[in-house]
Amino acid sequence: MKLIEDANQQALTRILEGEPRLIDIVPARQLIPDLRERMILHAGPPISWDRMCGPMRGAVAGAIVFEGWAKDLPTATKLAASGEIEFHPNHHFGAVGPMTGMTTMSMPLFVVENARFSNRAYCAINEGLGKVMRFGGNDASVLKRLAWLRDVFGPTLGNAIRAAGGIDLKSIVARGLSMGDELHQRNLACSSVFLREIAPWMARTSTDNAVLAECLAFIGQNDQFFLNIAMAMGKAITDPANGIRGSTIVTTMCRNGTDFGIRVSGLGEQWFTAPVEMPEGLYFAGYSEKDANPDMGDSAIVETIGLGGFAMAAAPAVAGFVGAGAPSEAGNFTRSMGEITVAQNPEWTIAAMDFAGVPTGIDIRLVVDSGVVPVINTGIAHREPGIGQVGAGVVKAPLACFQQAIVAIAKDLGVS
Amino acid sequence: MTEQDRPQYQQLLARKVEVVNVGLEGFVKDLRDCDIGVVHVDWKPSAGGDPQMAALLAKLGV
Repeated sequence: MKLIEDANQQALTRILEGEPRLIDIVPARQLIPDLRERMILHAGPPISWDRMCGPMRGAVAGAIVFEGWAKDLPTATKLAASGEIEFHPNHHFGAVGPMTGMTTMSMPLFVVENARFSNRAYCAINEGLGKVMRFGGNDASVLKRLAWLRDVFGPTLGNAIRAAGGIDLKSIVARGLSMGDELHQRNLACSSVFLREIAPWMARTSTDNAVLAECLAFIGQNDQFFLNIAMAMGKAITDPANGIRGSTIVTTMCRNGTDFGIRVSGLGEQWFTAPVEMPEGLYFAGYSEKDANPDMGDSAIVETIGLGGFAMAAAPAVAGFVGAGAPSEAGNFTRSMGEITVAQNPEWTIAAMDFAGVPTGIDIRLVVDSGVVPVINTGIAHREPGIGQVGAGVVKAPLACFQQAIVAIAKDLGVS
Repeated sequence: MTEQDRPQYQQLLARKVEVVNVGLEGFVKDLRDCDIGVVHVDWKPSAGGDPQMAALLAKLGV
């Protein structure tokens, strides 16, 4: 159908022509004017309190205490259940967030600008490992770290990013892919390259050596630091490709721990959801699948632009980490994703695939026709609030989302 | 009856057989157990065999 092919070509061109740059770190309330008191943005498609999973509820309670809307976690939980807290997806406000994806008004957010289309996207700062809010953590140590990110780290790194005139992200991703990252469960190379670029600017702009050392160490000790920047980059790249009538290219994939949701270019802001699946993977010592929560997070935006599970061939070490088989089998994931995408990204290539570009532009027609669904590399959260990460694995997007979208786009185009 | 007089399918089976298996993978093991060379093609009917969805996809250009 020519209308669809032309629309898809336009969507693909917009994705490939993106020029994402990290330009700042700014408190969320300054970036998102509609983000008010007693309003929380979360990962995934829309969800009400009564359907939220354990880690999401734990993170919500923590975020409420962090913002000072309740004095302690039990009070915060009651407040959340009372209906006095507004919940909305990050994606409705130009933002994304990993795992539980909490975004509230005082949290500092990375700002990524897509210079080609003059749009911006936001993501919170990666908190590091251990007990963290993105996995449902909400104790005093979690809130203390968030306060440090808000009061010390965010302003320090923001000063450096602005002094540097922004940081080009596509080139960091290209280098990271050649150094063993797939940008979802392995961001070690990109985090290191980012640190190499930003460290001199942090030194130039910081006035306190102790703070500078603390901030440099925070980046250097967190292999996943770059993930949140990559997520904001993914959102900045895909947003201009949304809303092209007739296009069957996926512009959003995300999950909230209960539902998996997709959005498709030709269908704009409409969500297509289905129950989210349980990741298959490996668990940390002392944990098993009995402890696992179904998958969650906006981080599947990196798969939406051809990274993560789609770029598994670039990161054979990750295949073992997420329990996806032998490192030699990593290429099978990337080849498989090539069956449901319309192109390769010539700027992001994989040496182990003879420098083939990452599979880009998920076409819902190809997904439903083949039955091959997107694979997403993911962290696994404990199903109870407040505990945190218990493993890592691979999760498949539910086919039902794509089937619903096919029916909807056929209706929109008058095809029956 | 000479070799050339036999029906064509019999001529095929008189030589070494090599197989391309399309779809169900279960046949592959049996053939390999008989030392028969086999290449498997991973194929499924469009839309998992759902005729309505397959028809819709055909109209949408798959």
